[in-house]
Amino acid sequence: MAVIDQGHRPSAPQPPAGDGPFLSLRGVSKSFGAVQALSEVDLDLPAGQVTALMGDNGAGKSTLVKVISGIFGPDQGKMRWGGSEVQLRSPKEATRLGIATVYQDLALCDNLDIVQNMFLGREAVRRRLLDEGSMESQARTTLADLSVTTVRSIRQPVASLSGGQRQAVAVARAVMGKAKLVMLDEPTAALGVSQTAMVLDLISRLASSGIAVLVISHNLNDVLKVADRVAILYLGRMAAAGPISEFDTQKIVQFITSGTAADRVHPRPGAAGGGTQGAQEL
Amino acid sequence: MTTSPPQLAPQDTGRVTGTGAAHTSLKSFLGDWAKRARSGESGVLPVVAGLVLIVIVFQVQSPVFLSAGNLTNLLVQGAVFVLLGMAEVFVLLLGEIDLSIGYLAGIGAVVTGALLAYPYQAPWWVAIAAGLVVTSALGALQGTLITRLGLPSFVVTLSGLLGFEGLMILMIDNSGSASGGTIRITDNVVNDLVNGNLSPLAGWLALAAVLVVYGAVNLLASRRRRASGLVAVPPSVAIAKVAVTAAAGVVLVWICNTNRGALVPLRGVPWVVPIVLGVFVAWTALLGRTRFGRYIYAIGGNAEAARRAGVNLTRVRTLAFTLSGLTSGAAGVIYASRLGSISVNIDGGTLVLYAVAAAVIGGTSLFGGRGKVLHAVLGGLVIAAIYNGMGLLGMGAAVQYMVTALVLLAAVTVDAVARRNRRAA
Ligand SMILES: Nc1ncnc2c1ncn2[C@@H]1O[C@H](COP(=O)(O)OP(=O)(O)O)[C@@H](O)[C@H]1O
Ligand SMILES: [Mg+2]
Repeated sequence: MAVIDQGHRPSAPQPPAGDGPFLSLRGVSKSFGAVQALSEVDLDLPAGQVTALMGDNGAGKSTLVKVISGIFGPDQGKMRWGGSEVQLRSPKEATRLGIATVYQDLALCDNLDIVQNMFLGREAVRRRLLDEGSMESQARTTLADLSVTTVRSIRQPVASLSGGQRQAVAVARAVMGKAKLVMLDEPTAALGVSQTAMVLDLISRLASSGIAVLVISHNLNDVLKVADRVAILYLGRMAAAGPISEFDTQKIVQFITSGTAADRVHPRPGAAGGGTQGAQEL
Repeated sequence: MTTSPPQLAPQDTGRVTGTGAAHTSLKSFLGDWAKRARSGESGVLPVVAGLVLIVIVFQVQSPVFLSAGNLTNLLVQGAVFVLLGMAEVFVLLLGEIDLSIGYLAGIGAVVTGALLAYPYQAPWWVAIAAGLVVTSALGALQGTLITRLGLPSFVVTLSGLLGFEGLMILMIDNSGSASGGTIRITDNVVNDLVNGNLSPLAGWLALAAVLVVYGAVNLLASRRRRASGLVAVPPSVAIAKVAVTAAAGVVLVWICNTNRGALVPLRGVPWVVPIVLGVFVAWTALLGRTRFGRYIYAIGGNAEAARRAGVNLTRVRTLAFTLSGLTSGAAGVIYASRLGSISVNIDGGTLVLYAVAAAVIGGTSLFGGRGKVLHAVLGGLVIAAIYNGMGLLGMGAAVQYMVTALVLLAAVTVDAVARRNRRAA
């Protein structure tokens, strides 16, 4: 029985000291014909932190996520993963590295239950038959680690879940492998207040277990609640990026809408990982 | 990185239920069941209740309906509907349809019959295997056209419905052994598939063996699951399930073992019953216990999700149409065995409609992703009961068709309403 203790937290492996951001992009560009969707984008995604990726419609957010998840090869630019340079030629390679993406439409099968969805495409088999027992216990452990405790039974069809619970199942499915970077596209767009709180909660727990998290969001409130760092795209350029302590609502809005702010933020050297206090206050 | 990860305040506010609730009580099980019933996941109870109702109605109208002779006859008639229904379940689960299986059955029967007859006179198992290989290949061909060329299954298998009837007639006309558009089945083994019976003792022994295995699998598995903290049905429900199955089995064997001969004694379970049971068990295991089966459900539920999860849609879909072909070939052999012949008069168009009706009446959704092999068994029996009972009452094909149509409409309505409830939920 996996009854979850009050205040149980997933064991949070401390990110190894001194190896910098888990994923870093330098000078990444991508164009579709005449449309320059990304130009010379730099981005750092440190382990154990939530980075909010913001920007207006068409700014290039989804394209950036697709480059990182191996769907699009970048036209140019370098990608370093855990300190060594990598080239992602397919989504499979990204998955193998531990990069997981939760798309906005979640891609769950309504007719399958939670366990079946979490293991879809990588079912445990024993003597060619599905090993339901081991899948169910693993799924339960993963959900417990994420403190997803509101579902009635992990054998209920996903169709019967609330929006927040579905999001949680999709996230659990994404991290169950051994994800080191989880990217979520608009995870709270379709959710009500309490469901949103639950998902934001889940996102911070992911980060505190040592995973690098990238969240695309249009919702400033959500971002301010959960993010340690902000990265703002404007017409395919990285308009601003840095610890959230260096931003306020007005500045973020200015960067999103015009690509610049009256008082331009220059991320201070050496402050790369220092944005956490800001997140506490907000 | 030297900073420790952000320590956010613990927000677990006492929601300590849920994922750990493995020990399902009977009460919560019934509560869940009621909830599922509204969204069309009520299981087989409605169709079983319908079947009981149909039986009562016909028995009141015609006292011979429940006689041993008629019930055995009903089982034998039902076998073809059941097998064709199973063939259809594979494709319905994908959200597709296969309209060709009636004439695929015809082709399976013709290949088998022709190989048994002069000049080939092949052994029965070679003839049957050849029939099944041909129908599987034709199923695979249709599946390939549907998946590789992206053609709608409705159109491809509609062509199959026409084309395979033509192919079947061509084969009968050219078979050399046919006379008057009919190939007689000369092989005793093949004829006995339906017309032969297990001895009464063998019937009881077979039932005992089946029940022991079924009971052990069900009760032990559910106990093991409970012991290791997995979600399991309550013991009372598991026991009730096994008890009901045992009772049904005893009644079945008892009826079949009652003398139904008019002049000479005739008793025993027809061979076709264990044959259909075997197919049922195999296909149930395939759909419920293997990756392939899981992928069929996944594709029917959300094909895009399955694709992103790395499922090879083309392969799974093609294989499903192949299995549909294989199973309809088996239905064709049983059909020919029952009649002792196969002729150009086989009505594959009506048969496929009965097959779809069997699956849907049993509870399989036309919208994909929901259904079981068991549904084809129960729905096939409903159709056989209607067919048989109306025959006893001297009602012609006209009334029979209309009543079956109404039952099918009712089943589809239930399916559609349940789907709407799921959407709204
Ligand atoms: N597959 C594609 N083919 C052509 N143009 C694309 C494609 N994907 C994105 N774009 C273009 O790239 C730009 C950035 O798009 P996108 O990354 O979807 O923005 P966002 O997600 O921030 O709204 C847009 O101008 C969009 O039209
Ligand atoms: Mg987008």
